[in-house]
Amino acid sequence: MSHQEISLRRLLCPLPVIRTQDTIKTLQSGDTLTVICTDPGVMHDIPAWCRINGHQVLNTRIESGEYIIEIQVT
Amino acid sequence: MSQQRKAVALISGGLDSMLATKAIMNQGIHVEGINFFTGFCVEGHTHAIRKRDTDKVKRNNSLWVAEQLGIKLHIIDIIEEYKQVLINPKHGYGANMNPCLDCKIFMVNKAKQWMQENGFDFIITGEVIGQRPMSQRKYTMPVIAAESGADDRLLRPLCAQNLPATLPEREGWIDRNQLFGFSGRSRKPQMALAKEFGFSDYAQPAGGCCFLTDESYSLKLVDLWKARGTRDYELDDVMLLKVGRHIRPRPHFKLIVAREDGEAQFMSGYKKEYVSMHCTHHRGPLVLLDGSLNADDIALAGRILARYGQGRDEAQVEVSVRDQQGVEQIISVQPFKIDEIPEDWFI
Ligand code: SF4
Repeated sequence: MSHQEISLRRLLCPLPVIRTQDTIKTLQSGDTLTVICTDPGVMHDIPAWCRINGHQVLNTRIESGEYIIEIQVT
Repeated sequence: MSQQRKAVALISGGLDSMLATKAIMNQGIHVEGINFFTGFCVEGHTHAIRKRDTDKVKRNNSLWVAEQLGIKLHIIDIIEEYKQVLINPKHGYGANMNPCLDCKIFMVNKAKQWMQENGFDFIITGEVIGQRPMSQRKYTMPVIAAESGADDRLLRPLCAQNLPATLPEREGWIDRNQLFGFSGRSRKPQMALAKEFGFSDYAQPAGGCCFLTDESYSLKLVDLWKARGTRDYELDDVMLLKVGRHIRPRPHFKLIVAREDGEAQFMSGYKKEYVSMHCTHHRGPLVLLDGSLNADDIALAGRILARYGQGRDEAQVEVSVRDQQGVEQIISVQPFKIDEIPEDWFI
């Protein structure tokens, strides 16, 4: 099981969702991905994308104005 | 046991594609959604940029529709490929810079490729004959089917009964009698169907799905191409056309003046790509300068900036001018009076 982290800073929705989706396509079930974003819209859109595509959001948090989401690929 | 048939639905986030998808799901077809991001989509960006929009729910309508329907949604970045559609549309533009017919053909073609790569059987869209003046007319329906290469694997459930039977209907994967014969601009049949399906909350896009149907946005895009002498753009151009007042006092440069804090914050992310200006002693907007400017041009830009700052009634105000490397110089300018800026400088 691997863990990846990607920076999606400065991208506005839906681009962070697209980059998250495209990265998850390259991962295996059980892998985890952390995305770091600056558009607050991701706190709504990325969990929504995960719900409809069956992936699990492990954690969301805001740190120094950045929006960080941890996802487990299912 | 009969084979489980699969359809890919073009999901725009509006009601029509939502209804079309539901109608096909109700016939036992496995449906997944596809949504294309051209860079010009109204979704998301402006809400993210403008502070005054922060009260509104920032949902992405296509994701929301997919969730309501319980289907997967694949969002595809077509920014680069879309340039050819917008710059050189075979069928021309609509009322503004919207190349709707070419755009539809392109998107259906991309959906067809996706369908083939993923082992799906047909494509569905929420198109209705006569609903939109450019792309949704009786004669454009076969044009889209033919030029996209989707041919009779393209099904429009909401107006299928007004069109020749498609492959899914002829093969019996779909019962044509359970499809619809909507036509014209009226939204009443869609509203009634939404009620029947139990959808009470849905997006009602006014002009269309993207900024290209917007007159003011289109004028700014044309101005950008004219000033650069080439019909090309990058995503950053597309984004910056969505924010601020655009003022072109000379053919070789323009100012982008932030209208509120959210825009200023967004624009400050571009300080490494553009010369930027702000007033040093008075509250006022952030300005980005696009073009190559000499000292006179910078002084002129400073006077315009100062007109939008709280020092607008002063005899002179100080303006900070920062180049892309962060080197700052301070200039002193006389603010323009409100009615001194010629109307035709505003794009
Ligand atoms: S409104 Fe925009 S996205 Fe929609 S069909 Fe026309 S050009 Fe394409």
